[in-house]
Amino acid sequence: MSSFELTIGPRKGWQAFDFKEALLYRELLAFLIWRDIKIRYRQTLLGGLWAILQPLIGMLIFWFVFHRMAHVQSDGPPYTLFAYAGLAPWTFFATSVTLSSNSLLANQQLVSKVYFPRIFIPLGAIGALLVDLFFSLLLLAVLLLYYHWPITAAIGWLPVFTLGAVLAAAGSGFILSAMNVSFRDIKYAVPFMVQMGLFVTPVIYPASYLPKRLQILLSINPMAGVVVGFRHALLGSPASWSIMGSSLAISVFLFVSGLFIFRRMENRFADII
Amino acid sequence: MKPVLELRNLSKQYKLGAHRVVAHDNFRELLVRTATAPFRPFIGRHQPPVKEQPYIFWALKDISFDIAQGDVIGIIGRNGAGKSTLLKILSRITSPTEGRVTMRGRLASLLEVGTGFHPELTGRENIFLNGAILGMRRSEIARHFDEIVAFAEVEKFLDTPVKHYSSGMYVRLAFAVAAHLDPEILIVDEVLAVGDVSFQKKCLGKMGEVSRGGRTVLFVSHNMAAIENLCSRGIVLNRGSLCFDGGAKQAIQYYLNSLSTVSGTGHIIELEGVGDRRSIVGRLLRRMEFFTDDEQPLNEGLAIGSQLKVRVHFDLPHLTSVFNVGLGFNNTYGQRIFTAHSLFEPNHWEKERSGRQIVSCEIPSFTLMPGEYTVKVWLDFKSTEADSIEDAAKIRVLESDFYGTGRVPWNGLLVLKHRWYLEQAANTG
Repeated sequence: MSSFELTIGPRKGWQAFDFKEALLYRELLAFLIWRDIKIRYRQTLLGGLWAILQPLIGMLIFWFVFHRMAHVQSDGPPYTLFAYAGLAPWTFFATSVTLSSNSLLANQQLVSKVYFPRIFIPLGAIGALLVDLFFSLLLLAVLLLYYHWPITAAIGWLPVFTLGAVLAAAGSGFILSAMNVSFRDIKYAVPFMVQMGLFVTPVIYPASYLPKRLQILLSINPMAGVVVGFRHALLGSPASWSIMGSSLAISVFLFVSGLFIFRRMENRFADII
Repeated sequence: MKPVLELRNLSKQYKLGAHRVVAHDNFRELLVRTATAPFRPFIGRHQPPVKEQPYIFWALKDISFDIAQGDVIGIIGRNGAGKSTLLKILSRITSPTEGRVTMRGRLASLLEVGTGFHPELTGRENIFLNGAILGMRRSEIARHFDEIVAFAEVEKFLDTPVKHYSSGMYVRLAFAVAAHLDPEILIVDEVLAVGDVSFQKKCLGKMGEVSRGGRTVLFVSHNMAAIENLCSRGIVLNRGSLCFDGGAKQAIQYYLNSLSTVSGTGHIIELEGVGDRRSIVGRLLRRMEFFTDDEQPLNEGLAIGSQLKVRVHFDLPHLTSVFNVGLGFNNTYGQRIFTAHSLFEPNHWEKERSGRQIVSCEIPSFTLMPGEYTVKVWLDFKSTEADSIEDAAKIRVLESDFYGTGRVPWNGLLVLKHRWYLEQAANTG
């Protein structure tokens, strides 16, 4: 008999995230990510191309509507590059939040029939989308070559802001997916929130377009810093350390509180899903 | 040696009605209540809406027992007795409301065949995914891969998405993965009710192998023969409480006897007082009566091939014509052998009616094999079950000279009248 011993009892209140257990199940997380990658573009004609097409088409639309018609200017680089560098992390975030918030419901069977850290379900959905982000960044490299736009040393910051995007997406995903189990309203609210998010985040316009007194709003928006940071890292756009720093801090806060909220609510998932 | 599983005063409470349907799980109400909370003292006349009292129900109440290493335990009980809840708590899918469990050893549970199978993935991919979901390591799955494929007999279709599999292949593959789990404690819920008979046999064989290997197994099934065959110990649950713990054989006997306690006396079964039911608009089913040939009350048992007439008394709460009555006959394996439903009646009632009704179902020749059958009765409004009682009654079919040859039928689920002819041989001498 193994020395393994475990006590199951009533669970109530706030508890810290169980890292030891997550580590024990790490292979499953890898499998869930792999599954989501495998099935996402099954039975589509274009397959993985969609990962690139989404931000690319978005870029062209924004370029036409906001640059050509509404004369929105970038903060230096050509507007197409500017829009694309913002859209890549934004698309990642928006799709992550949409998919992860619905992930528990989409995997009802898993929730009610097997045990493993439930947090892997929303996390797996987000992990799979990182692959899409990677491909869309490859296309950006092609665009940079096309425009002969130089890469600066700031590219070293890219992993940091990617992590910021992951933390923000995961934190929101944890909270929304957990709430979605009891309140199906979330399913209808998320698309609006994501749509609104696009406009309050400087994706289409540079952060400097906002008047000074509204800049504070950007620093509490976790994605504002990520988008500004991506442009700084990829295009050498001017950095705004106050926005980037506080956004990152908010992302970390969102992630940690997401872990706690999810842990508190996961207890009831199997009973009410 | 300390027991592998120690259950102490385990209880699980569910609140029905409070969730999903109305009350506070409505997001809008939550928002409104949160927003108005500070002002509530000032709005005297606006009382908070009177909420329907949640229906509190104990799926498990005060369960305590120990399981020693190597025990193979069958858990028996009617639907809703708390079997699944118990397994879910042990599998950590849900947590108990009270009490605790101490577990010594790695536990794997199989509450459903094919959990996490994805139709778009191939057989090969699903083996790995499902294995990981059930708690196997990648290396373990790789080691057992060939065995799993051989057991499931799907070699040719390994790289076909499982959505193109027949349901038989699907179940075989799913069970094969689970059968190669290698935990110290294994929990299995009613997974043998699927698949064809030969595969069920194979699964039972595998289960027997597992249990003889010194593994601790908890096994839930309606298949009494399987429980008797595999288990050394039986536990009977009834409405959330443990009511028998002993040898598997005795447990089965206890359970089968307990079924008849609901049946009242003789051929009349009062349903009014039966609490173990699913009712949407209240207890509508009132009484059942059983008769055989020539309207004789059915007390002892029914000779195979003779008439079975079931009379059902029930109430219609409002004027309607869209009501139907169903009778389901299950064997002791929990398998539905036959369903009689008034919707199948060509001269179906069309007139609207309400109040107390009596309908009769006549089966001219009841040809199920000798043995015991439990009868489920239910009342449908449109296509929803408004009131239903599992195992409402038990009937016994007795051997008889059905074929008129003095030979008692053997083997199979039912008897059918049939003839044999010797045809002219084509090339005899």
